[in-house]
Amino acid sequence: MPDLLLEIGVEEIPDWMIEPALESLDSNLAPVMEKLGGGQAWTDATPRRLVYRSRYTLDKEPDEDTLVQGPSLGAGEKAAAGFARKMGVAVTELSPMDTGKGLYFSVRRQTIGLPARELLAAALPAAIAGVQFPKTMHWAAKDGIRFIRPIRWVLALLDDEIVPFEIGGVASGDWTYGHRVLGGKGPIHITIGEYYPMLRENYVVVRASDRESRIRAGLGEGVRPDPELLKTLVYLTEFPTAIRGSFDPQYLALPAEILSTVMRHHQRYFTVETPAGTLSPEFVTVTNTDGDEDGLIRKGNERVLRARFNDARFFWRVDQQKKLSARVEDLAKVTFQAKLGSYKEKAERVQQLAVQIATRVHADENVVSIAALLSKCDLTTEMVKEFTELQGIVGGLYAREQGEGEAVAMAIYDHYKPVSMEDSIPRSLEGQVVALADKIDTLRECFRVGLIPTGSKDPFALRRAAQGMVKILAEAKLPVDLFSFVGSNEELLQFLHERIAHYLREVKGFPYDEVNAVTAAKAGVLPDVLDRLIALHDVRSTPNFEPLAASFKRIENILKQAEVGDTGLVKPELLAPGPEQDLYHSFLRVRNEMTKGGSYSAKLTSIASLRPQVDLFFDKILVNDPDAAIRRNRLALLAGLLTEFSTIADFSEIVTQGGNAQN
Amino acid sequence: MDSYQETVFKLKRYWADRGCIVQEPYDLELGAGTMAPETFLRVLGEKPYKAAYVQPSRRPADGRYGENPNRLYKHQQLQVILKPAPADVIEQYLGSLEAIGIDLVKHDIKLEEDNWESPTLGAWGVGWQVMLDGLEITQFTYFQQCGGIDLEVVPAEITYGLERIVAFLQDVESVYDIEWAPGFKYSDVRLADEQQFSIYNFEMADVQRLWRLFDEHEGECKELLARFRKASDQSRFPILAAYDQVLKCSHLFNLLDARGAISVTERVAVIARVRKLATAVAAAWVRQQNPAAEKEVA
Repeated sequence: MPDLLLEIGVEEIPDWMIEPALESLDSNLAPVMEKLGGGQAWTDATPRRLVYRSRYTLDKEPDEDTLVQGPSLGAGEKAAAGFARKMGVAVTELSPMDTGKGLYFSVRRQTIGLPARELLAAALPAAIAGVQFPKTMHWAAKDGIRFIRPIRWVLALLDDEIVPFEIGGVASGDWTYGHRVLGGKGPIHITIGEYYPMLRENYVVVRASDRESRIRAGLGEGVRPDPELLKTLVYLTEFPTAIRGSFDPQYLALPAEILSTVMRHHQRYFTVETPAGTLSPEFVTVTNTDGDEDGLIRKGNERVLRARFNDARFFWRVDQQKKLSARVEDLAKVTFQAKLGSYKEKAERVQQLAVQIATRVHADENVVSIAALLSKCDLTTEMVKEFTELQGIVGGLYAREQGEGEAVAMAIYDHYKPVSMEDSIPRSLEGQVVALADKIDTLRECFRVGLIPTGSKDPFALRRAAQGMVKILAEAKLPVDLFSFVGSNEELLQFLHERIAHYLREVKGFPYDEVNAVTAAKAGVLPDVLDRLIALHDVRSTPNFEPLAASFKRIENILKQAEVGDTGLVKPELLAPGPEQDLYHSFLRVRNEMTKGGSYSAKLTSIASLRPQVDLFFDKILVNDPDAAIRRNRLALLAGLLTEFSTIADFSEIVTQGGNAQN
Repeated sequence: MDSYQETVFKLKRYWADRGCIVQEPYDLELGAGTMAPETFLRVLGEKPYKAAYVQPSRRPADGRYGENPNRLYKHQQLQVILKPAPADVIEQYLGSLEAIGIDLVKHDIKLEEDNWESPTLGAWGVGWQVMLDGLEITQFTYFQQCGGIDLEVVPAEITYGLERIVAFLQDVESVYDIEWAPGFKYSDVRLADEQQFSIYNFEMADVQRLWRLFDEHEGECKELLARFRKASDQSRFPILAAYDQVLKCSHLFNLLDARGAISVTERVAVIARVRKLATAVAAAWVRQQNPAAEKEVA
């Protein structure tokens, strides 16, 4: 089987871009491999190389026969001669072909398939240059190739012979390079079979999974699992080695959040915990070396960490000299967004809104008010200027230290939550209220000045804000109407409807038509939306439900076509005995049952019980009676059914067998 | 153990041996070595250039009254600009670390993504921060744009943080304990500036006067640019003097910022004022360097 090995040697690629780049390379090359009969392909990577390996079926592209269509047979000899000349054949070589729309002159053409090496030599440069990266650069001249970082070598072997091509001023060859420091100096010429062992000898572990195993094996006891950091380190190293260091336990007096952030985010260290689960004065760094014989690397990292911790301790001390409550004025100098003024203005708006929400959900208004006003004050602290990812958390820690009370501290601490769909919502009701108010304000203000997410662009993370808001309302079961706080901006309302539907579908996993049915009825009170959705989902599988939903759709269509506008109330005296009166009485019975309360699923079951009467009505009764008064009365009955029984869910949104709902 | 100055000598020697012009610092207040005309203007156009210089870099807001062992109002950068970037530029850089006594086999070196952008200069590039045993010692950037102009030839910029590197080499916890020259510590040489300028920058600088100075330097720059456009002989016109005015404005902006004198609404606008000057000067410089190209376009 023909065997291809491609290694693109690149200066250090940002770790987070590597896996997507491999996917992109693989998909760029898939059509080429398809031409060669298909086969197997693998990718691998280190920070300095993207590797593509393939074994496929054919050693050349198959020849291809095609029929080229010319003028119509009726076009005459002159046209035929012209076509033959253009195709470089004699007129006698033309044959008639039936296109289904008539007979045409045609000529048979054979394209000779390229040998694999030639095909690859032609296709590889574009496949490489076409790898997608979030940000690219030039390195030679501005009209040259763009890539994530400069390409410095390209190893391209087909059955151990070079596939010749050039990209970005680099000619392909049969050599690779080892680890920058530990590997042999200069190029290493190899065959495909030698690739992995030769690189291993030169301190490059090519497979990400092997590097991951090396790191895991070296972590040792008590290391807190940190999958994200692990992946980063896998793609930051070619020869990873874990080294454990320690720090003076006196630094444990600083909050664990700050210590962890310094270690994990700034130094990319794993943190270590004691058997009791508290932070242990140790760390594990993953180096791109073969050990640390003299302990120099450990010592160096310990020294850096000490300096970082000293900074943090210094910031903590300096920051306590001015309380959060004294920093509200300073927020006037911190931009929220160029078009939207300062964080002081934002904090004041959030405070007002948070108190409004608090009264509706019976949260402690005093706590909410203080927490909201102080929530952004940590942006002026040295600690947050240095560790921006700790915004909110630092505010919470400082509020506690400064005696603002545990409730206020916790609300500030949590108010950016949830930062993702996986993250939890704020722990306390007051925290939930402040978080909601903060997010609603951001959405309202950004939409007001036209900063609206488009496509994949969402620089102010408004989707995340909206999603967080929905998640809080749903999970904390806050019985307030989301739409009562967001104003009347049509685009924002539309955006929020989409986010609610997204949450119900993607996070909660309900079918889209059930989500549409429930949100079409009423979408703003999330716990209620969820209750109705669960009830609908349960009742849906009962035998009466889907036929009834189909009938509701029919009713909707009839009313739409009738174009009568307001049908008025049903006049019982005009109802004919039999199916028409039966339906009316059932309608009254069910409506009566609905007013008595009970669960949504009981109500829906009750509505579904109307099915036989509705079916019989449609079976026996002609709505469009010649008598206008009777017609109007029948429409009124149907309209009554629709409006009275669509408050839980709009059944016409349900996709039933044999019919599709309109979206 | 090498003194601070010995390490600087070795780095300069190393880059001189690789064809760099070893320059002295630019003699105005700069926030970074990038702002020196040796970098900002020389990276424009097609002419190859290689230079290395130490640039004392003033960042008023970073001052800590000499009390923080790692943070300085004015730190020293060794700036190397290689235009065009040679294919083995990273190997050359690693060689410079060996030249100052770092045994790379015994230490951990990583290149971690760090892109650089200066909104005031209309400049950006991509590159890395170089980490040595967890310590950021160098910023490495492939410039892509400068003064709002896409670069014809991509240079590599290597910026060494000298205090950090030397503190590492000398194994001291505070920059002030670095031995600058035999018998003299960093604190002997620089502590007084840190203390005094922190006081000036944060407490005493006269805000009204700084604004007036900003306006004056901006006015001078605009005036020069206007005259350049009308000049019959542009080849000898003092674009370099116009650029000095940009540097003055940039430093005054930093001072006003440290002083807390720039409000939310003003901030973006003031950055835009400086960038407007910087990009106009860059365009004028390109035209002056290459009048032929300008005619072709016209």
